[in-house]
Amino acid sequence: MSHVLSMLVEDKPGLLTRVAGLFARRGFNIESLAVGPTEISGLSRITVVVDVEDLPLEQVTKQLNKLINVIKIVELDPIQSVQREHMLIKVRADGTTRSQILEAVNLFRAKVVDVATDALVIEVTGDTTKTQALLRVLEPFGIRELAQSGLLAMGRGPKSITERVAVAKS
Amino acid sequence: MPASPAPTPTAPKHAAPSDAPEVLTGAEAVVRTLELLGVTDVFGLPGGAILPVYDPLMDTSKIRHILVRHEQGAGHAAEGYASASGRTGVAIATSGPGATNLVTAIADAHMDSVPMLAITGQVFSTLMGTDAFQEADIVGITMPITKHSFLVKDAAEIPSTIAAAYHIASTGRPGPVLVDITKDAQQNTAPFIWPPKLDLPGYRPVTKAHGKQIVAAAQLIAEAKKPVLYVGGGIIRSQASEELKALAEATGAPVVTTLMARGAFPDSHPQHLGMPGMHGTVPAVLSLQEADLVVSLGARFDDRVTGKAALFAPKAKIVHVDIDPAEISKIRVADVPIVGDLKDVLVDLLGAFTDASGGDKPDYSNWWSYLDGLRAEFPLGYTATTDGLLSPQHVIQRIGELTGPEAVYAAGVGQHQMWAAQFIKYERPNSWLNSGGAGTMGYSVPAAMGAKVSQPDRVVWAIDGDGCFQMTNQELATCVINNIPIKVAVINNSSLGMVRQWQTLFYNGRYSNTDLNTGHQTMRVPDFVKLAEAYGCLGIRVEREDQVDEAIKLALETNDRPVVIDFVVSADAMVWPMVPQGVSNSYVQYARDHAPSWDNDMAETGRNTEDDAPSLRTVIGGNE
Repeated sequence: MSHVLSMLVEDKPGLLTRVAGLFARRGFNIESLAVGPTEISGLSRITVVVDVEDLPLEQVTKQLNKLINVIKIVELDPIQSVQREHMLIKVRADGTTRSQILEAVNLFRAKVVDVATDALVIEVTGDTTKTQALLRVLEPFGIRELAQSGLLAMGRGPKSITERVAVAKS
Repeated sequence: MPASPAPTPTAPKHAAPSDAPEVLTGAEAVVRTLELLGVTDVFGLPGGAILPVYDPLMDTSKIRHILVRHEQGAGHAAEGYASASGRTGVAIATSGPGATNLVTAIADAHMDSVPMLAITGQVFSTLMGTDAFQEADIVGITMPITKHSFLVKDAAEIPSTIAAAYHIASTGRPGPVLVDITKDAQQNTAPFIWPPKLDLPGYRPVTKAHGKQIVAAAQLIAEAKKPVLYVGGGIIRSQASEELKALAEATGAPVVTTLMARGAFPDSHPQHLGMPGMHGTVPAVLSLQEADLVVSLGARFDDRVTGKAALFAPKAKIVHVDIDPAEISKIRVADVPIVGDLKDVLVDLLGAFTDASGGDKPDYSNWWSYLDGLRAEFPLGYTATTDGLLSPQHVIQRIGELTGPEAVYAAGVGQHQMWAAQFIKYERPNSWLNSGGAGTMGYSVPAAMGAKVSQPDRVVWAIDGDGCFQMTNQELATCVINNIPIKVAVINNSSLGMVRQWQTLFYNGRYSNTDLNTGHQTMRVPDFVKLAEAYGCLGIRVEREDQVDEAIKLALETNDRPVVIDFVVSADAMVWPMVPQGVSNSYVQYARDHAPSWDNDMAETGRNTEDDAPSLRTVIGGNE
């Protein structure tokens, strides 16, 4: 079963190696990974999707918490959180197929970000179901290239993962 | 000291404000920081990338640097220093091979939660990543085997980083922390700010346990009919032996001490059943198998203790106390998890138990009569050898008896380690040092050296094997030159004994690559007595039983240099009891082809109920 973990970490050299190494060492597979700065300088956020059962997940979370540079880990429930991924798709398009592709792009509220005579680059943002559905629709036209971000996620409602951390820092 | 007293300058009228921090080189800051942290002894070996640090190290009167002959020796010495004293051990090495030579000791310290600070030199920051001479990514290499690691490229960060490393190594669940410092950081200058601000927002070890869980645990203890206190090395790291004794005596429950916990509870105590696990005593092993409650105190359900984990303590509820939350329910799901420092937890637990039991001792008399029966029937023992050579168990037992419990005993890894755990009686914590988790051959001599440095008034024995001894005996030079008079007992069975034992039992006696040719009727390469003498140690060879006591006494009387005794023992002696690997601990064998009889208990213990557990006879062969 897939779980989404959101980790608040200190932005230190080698941090990603520590996190990735821990997953590998304890035998867990990372399905997707996204890293970036947060609203607090010096702190980064790692969103990681991992496919494990509940008990090993508890173990991996505890092990991650032991990493000195990891400040906080939250598992984000799919219902209680917003989850998005970002994709760029280069699809084959000629005079006969272009309009069909543009129709699909509009239906999915995606965007065309580059046009050439025989190809389009499409940008889409959404949850995994949406991006995968678009991909399936575009597949028959010929996908030439695909770039995909890791999943980004955030809990719904007013609470913030950095709340108590921000207090401690200030 | 200068040859002639220098005139004392009078203070200038307009002196700089006294709070302006002194400017030091990074190298000077390393030494000053160690001084201010209270470090008095370090083990190391210099090289190009750590040279700047070695210069001010020559001037300090507060730190004794002991020059080892191999960096692995520095690492194990730091471990032995820490394990014998409870203080943090410090090892220093240069970049590249110097640092990688520390790796085994760092891994060892990681497995056994030994507080250790490793400082390594790194090439110039401008050369990093270019495959420079003696460059190795030691931070990367040691990531999985350190509690934490730091790379320092800025002289200004040296005091705070070393202080943070020391703090992390010595608090919570202790462990090794590495600080890798580039050569330019050592050479550059920066204001020395002390005390530094430790900024570790992600490091908050829990020491005080949850009150509700304490009450739940106390309730289970009060209600249990067959409890066992399963004591691990955490009791020693937490210095909680007294608190353990108080709880044990208040409850009257039996106690078992793991390999890492030998000495945490006195062997002479009537409630002590001995060591559990693969080579544990029959009463200790079976107490856990029969228990209805196992209270794990700073232990981690290692596979050498549990045997096949799914069949370990099958009827027991588990109370698991550990300072490391990740240990709880890692192997066996805990019914009552308690995260905290044992020293505090045990006090709270005793209080809660007194409340829960109303001050009455629970009635464990049936339980004790069963356990006492096992003790009477299966005491620790050994059979005499049949080849006329010494019994290793006898030698080790006599070392313990003649030296006593105030000494420190550091073992290598293998048969002699198990015999030293079994046949020496430990009465106090920190008296037994060994490589438990990692099983590092070669640990003994340097660890004993480190222990002797931290405990100069105690007798320190290295109980070593002929295989182990050949891995790190170069540190005898360090011991002789620095006046560290350790005593080394080489239990010389002329082979890699534990491997040989498994070949005897599980590989039809095919002794593939386990003969070392150091013993009786061999070429004796090397001759350990000559080797000892070459190093300037007292070398003694003992081949007959009537020489054993005399040699040990001579060793105990000799304190002007290290002593090496070559005890030429039988290669056929085996470690018993034994639980074969991968089966339930209920299959413990008291001696070869001799398992406890089960009669009425058979159905209860889970023996013969698991299809996947091979019968002992197929594992070992033979019959009772």
